[in-house]
Amino acid sequence: MKSQFLLEMQGISKGFPGVQANKDINFNLRRGEVHALLGENGAGKTTLMKILFGLYKPDAGEIMLNGNQIEISSPEEAIRKGIGMVHQHFMLIPPFTVLENIILGAEPRKSLGRLDKRKAVEKINKLSQQLGLKVDLGAKIENVTVGMQQRVEILKALYREAEILILDEPTSVLTPQEADELGGILRELAASGKGIVFITHKLKEVMKFADRITVIRGGKVVDTVNSSETNMEKLAEMMVGRKVFLQMEKAPVKPGKVILETKDLEVLDNRNLQTVKDVNLQVRAGEILAIAGVDGNGQSELIEALTGLRPVANGQILIEGEEIKYADPRSILESGVGHIPEDRQKRGLILDFSIQENIILELYRTPGFCHKGFIKTDKCRGYAEELIEEFDIRTPGPGIFASSLSGGNQQKVVIAREIRREPKLLIVAQPTRGLDVGAIEFVHKQLIRQRDLGKAILLFSLELDEILSLADRIAVIYEGEIVAILPREEATEEELGLMMTGGLSGRKGGVVNE
Amino acid sequence: MSNNPEKNLLEEYSQKLTFPLIALFIALFAGGLLIAWLGENPFNAFLHLFKGAFGKLSNFGETLVYVSPLILTGLSVALSFRCGLFNIGAEGQYIMGMMGAAWVGSIFTGLPAWIHIPLTMGAGVLAGFVWAAIPGFFKARYGAHEVISTIMMNYIALHFTGYLVNYVLMAPGGYLPATRVISSSAKLTRLIPPSRANTGIFFALASLILVYIFLWKTKWGFEIRAVGLNSEAARYAGINVTKNIILAMALSGSLAGLAGALQVQGIQYRFNDLFGFTGYGFDGIAVALLGNNHPAGILLSAFLFGSLNCGALQMQSVAGVPKDLIGIMQSVIVFFISADYLLRKKLERPFSIDMEEDSPGKEVQSNGTGLSH
Repeated sequence: MKSQFLLEMQGISKGFPGVQANKDINFNLRRGEVHALLGENGAGKTTLMKILFGLYKPDAGEIMLNGNQIEISSPEEAIRKGIGMVHQHFMLIPPFTVLENIILGAEPRKSLGRLDKRKAVEKINKLSQQLGLKVDLGAKIENVTVGMQQRVEILKALYREAEILILDEPTSVLTPQEADELGGILRELAASGKGIVFITHKLKEVMKFADRITVIRGGKVVDTVNSSETNMEKLAEMMVGRKVFLQMEKAPVKPGKVILETKDLEVLDNRNLQTVKDVNLQVRAGEILAIAGVDGNGQSELIEALTGLRPVANGQILIEGEEIKYADPRSILESGVGHIPEDRQKRGLILDFSIQENIILELYRTPGFCHKGFIKTDKCRGYAEELIEEFDIRTPGPGIFASSLSGGNQQKVVIAREIRREPKLLIVAQPTRGLDVGAIEFVHKQLIRQRDLGKAILLFSLELDEILSLADRIAVIYEGEIVAILPREEATEEELGLMMTGGLSGRKGGVVNE
Repeated sequence: MSNNPEKNLLEEYSQKLTFPLIALFIALFAGGLLIAWLGENPFNAFLHLFKGAFGKLSNFGETLVYVSPLILTGLSVALSFRCGLFNIGAEGQYIMGMMGAAWVGSIFTGLPAWIHIPLTMGAGVLAGFVWAAIPGFFKARYGAHEVISTIMMNYIALHFTGYLVNYVLMAPGGYLPATRVISSSAKLTRLIPPSRANTGIFFALASLILVYIFLWKTKWGFEIRAVGLNSEAARYAGINVTKNIILAMALSGSLAGLAGALQVQGIQYRFNDLFGFTGYGFDGIAVALLGNNHPAGILLSAFLFGSLNCGALQMQSVAGVPKDLIGIMQSVIVFFISADYLLRKKLERPFSIDMEEDSPGKEVQSNGTGLSH
């Protein structure tokens, strides 16, 4: 029997102790389509695909490949049956070359067990030419970009003759340009007759890349729709289960006095190269100034200099007109600066500390929480409970390890901690990375509320959407220089994209302050 | 679901005890097999092992003699470990503590005991403090790995004190490479004669409580633990990582130094040339490991190791089983505890794929089973 579907999963259920991850899920995949599996974190998307890839055994349900019922008990078996998976965190060996990584475990052999490199190279070249997957076979993985690493992962699956390709959150590590490139590759692959499953929680990508979309919420399928017959608002509502505001509503900006000012700021990176050059910025009370730029253009170094984590090579940083000299992180924090760092798990939180301990991470030494060196545990607990309530952090209690919270709730802990210290200036980096729609909405609302309360906010983001929906003014950083500063109303996505990649000379010094 | 954190805590503790207890039983079993293989009766041997440690009040007193330094060196290793540092140098700090106490204990005469005892102890503590602060400084300032540098410091301590005791501080007119006997005003009171048990055990027990309070109730302990778990996040929160690394090492060394001082003040009354390492510092690593780097656990594991060491003497003399067997059993325990760390990691992550972005079991993981996915 020839089925119209390449793959069908019927009535799949899978439970873990205390939670039903998949409940009676039906999912099918056609040849030549890109099928997005959309849902919030924890909705059960990855569980479903891990069942397909043989990593979990379903409690109930059947899987049919080309109309034939199959059992998949291990990833090896899945690969043999033509199913390939590109994991969110790449499974590559950094000191090995691209070629070695692709053929690892499936090496073509000549007589006497010798490696037949030529045959491998031929096969890979053919694949990469057909599909426009450019890779440098001789380069070591540790030296190539994340985008290329991902292409290597895709080639690895195709090399093993995958007919079905599963990609788990493939764009979470990519720049917008790389993400677009990936979209092109996926379309190309689909056109060549493969079936692509694309796990994501990003609505925009779904609309751009997918033919069909299956939305999962709470372990159940909400619906499967054609991307041509839906829109982002509808998808968001299906995903979250309530109406979500993708576009933030903001009151008109009322900028006050200058809170943060940098004058000809220069910062060196770890290799002593000048990474931030002549940066002149002003952030006023009650406004959000967003720094747009492609990752690695000096943003991290700029943030670190502003927060006292990295010395200033030249120039000045002034907070409310007062120069911060030889500052360390503590004195900057205490002068009224809040910092929501880029990587909440590495820098924002101590994962093996409780929520309570994380919440007082900057306050434990202050008189309210500490008396003669002894920490007032009851005060801390009360404060933590207050913040848990106020910021709706979903946890059984303040004594739970931060590591056991979901990403969104972890970020809430960081935001609650920083905002409640009532800083005059908030330095916010990538606040919504890896968060789902509901959590993003929460974070954005909080930032706008702080702005309306008269706080100065300096936002760094790689997501143009985020910048466009939050910023009052936008500064574009390119190779460590601010190439343009413009009011939000005058900014378009296209123009910003060009300036971010050095394409437009920009309007430096043009419209600096209204 | 974990709606009751307190109940979870209890569960957590009982879980933490399970693996060490299993390891202990495996070690006893393996030891028993070995004894049988040697042609002795394992039950008889263990009986004398137990009797040797607890048979009479004075046996118990001798057990305490072994327990006190192990509590302190165990605490020493644990305190550095809480700051993310592995202090292999407790041995050297212990030796320096002994020397410091032997010196200050003997140069003063005629001081009242209430001054001389703390002064001598302080000398031991200070010697350990300095001896550990040096590798701490090099770690914090230049990134020199503390494992390497503390091992080196152990050898320097061993040979430096050997030099002192043979040339500089040798007791006058003696033939023995040993310092003068300390003044009686620096000696600790013996508690259970004829055993050598002395008031040093109270200082060891008090240290357990003080370290607990320091680490979990004070801002300094908070900083040390924060640095130990995630130095990057600690730095972002305005905690001075360099300072805390040096502080944690120095305090760790102080505890080992105190152990050495108590040994001199309560047991030996002088510093005898060592010829080799005493082993207390190294056993402290095992004690800390078995005790999960927590004062309560260290108390239990120091008692276990101490009573095994003490009972071994009688087991050897009466049951005829070499006391080295205890070393083997301790090694088996350490082996299984380390294996437990690996095993638990394995249980928490049955697959090599990280599923942090999409883990339905995440919220319930806090019940500690780690098996939810």
